[in-house]
Amino acid sequence: MNAGAGTKARAAVSGGRRRGLPGADTGAVVIRPARRGDLEAVIAIDARVTGLPKRDYWQSLYRRYGAKRDAGRQFLVAIAGGEVVGFVIGEVRDWEFGSPPCGWVFGIDVDPRARQAGVGTRLLQAICNGFRGAGVDRVRTMLARDNHLVLSFFRSQGMMAGPFIPLEMELSP
Amino acid sequence: MRGRPRMKLQMNTRLALYSVLEFASDPTRHIAAGEIAQRYGVSSHHLAKVLTELARAGVVESVRGVGGGYRFAANARRLTLMDVIQMFEDFGTGDAARREDGDDTPVGTALAAVLAEIDEIAKATFSTITLATMLRLIERQRADAARGAARRPAAGASPPARPARRRP
Repeated sequence: MNAGAGTKARAAVSGGRRRGLPGADTGAVVIRPARRGDLEAVIAIDARVTGLPKRDYWQSLYRRYGAKRDAGRQFLVAIAGGEVVGFVIGEVRDWEFGSPPCGWVFGIDVDPRARQAGVGTRLLQAICNGFRGAGVDRVRTMLARDNHLVLSFFRSQGMMAGPFIPLEMELSP
Repeated sequence: MRGRPRMKLQMNTRLALYSVLEFASDPTRHIAAGEIAQRYGVSSHHLAKVLTELARAGVVESVRGVGGGYRFAANARRLTLMDVIQMFEDFGTGDAARREDGDDTPVGTALAAVLAEIDEIAKATFSTITLATMLRLIERQRADAARGAARRPAAGASPPARPARRRP
C-alpha cells in the first residue's frame, strides 16, 4: 500500500450479507491500536477480501505504523468476540500535493462475516479521532472509481469529492 | 454573482429526484403530488407522469382515498441516485453504440476520450450516493442554513451596540 499519489483505500467495509461473527454488533466491538499478534488476522482479512496475500507488505507496514507510537500514524484494529474483525490504517501527511496537513486513510477492511454491523463506521470514527488529536481537521482517501461498495461507504460517512484529481499515464518502454 | 457551474439533468429526472427524496425523508407519510408540485414550483400534471413511472418501478406506491397520495416503497440505503436517473434518461449506458458525426476523426476520437472521462466520474458519483446519504446531506444543508440564519441579524434590526469603552 503506497501512500501518496498511489494511496487508495481498498476492499469492502459495508457491503455483502452479514453471516455473523460472535460479538460483531457494534456494542461489543473494541477499537484499539494494532499489536504484533493481530498481524496474522489482518493479513488473513486482507487476503480474503482482495484475493492477494501480502505478508511482507503487512509486516513492513506494521513496523512503520504499528510498532512506533506516533499521533500522526494510525494502525487500528476492531476486536469482536476476541477476534480481529477489521482494521484501518492511515497517517497525517504534510503539504503533499501542496495540501495543508491532512489525514489520509489508505486502507480499511472488515471481515465479510462482520459486515453491516457498523464496524467500518467505528474504525473510521476512531482514525478520524486520532487525526484530530494530531491536529488536523480534514481526512482524505482515494479509491478506484468502480469500487462502488467502498465509495458508497465513505460517502455514507459524509465524504465528498475533494479538490484534487488523480492523473496517470502509461510509461512507454 | 455566478452560481457554481453544474451539469444539467433533464426536467423529469430532477422531478423524480425531488419527489423520491421527499418521500424517503419520511417513509410512513403519504404525500399528495400537489404538495410536491407546489414546493418545487412545477406543474402537477408533469409531476403526475413522473410519479406514475416511479410507482411502476416500485420506488413509490400510490395510496388511495382521503389523505392519499404516494409513499416511499424502496430501500433508501440501497437505492442510488443513478438508479433513479436511469429510469428517466440514458445516462452512462449505450455510449459505445451512440455515434456522433466526426467520431472517427483524430479530433473526434480525442474529444470522445475526454467526454468519456467526464461520464465515468459522473457515473461513479451518482452510483455511490444512496438516498440515505442524500438525506444526510440535506440535513447538513438545513443545519448550515439554520446556523447562517442565526448569525444574521433580523431584517430591519439594528446592528449590535458596541460595548462602551472603559477608561483605564
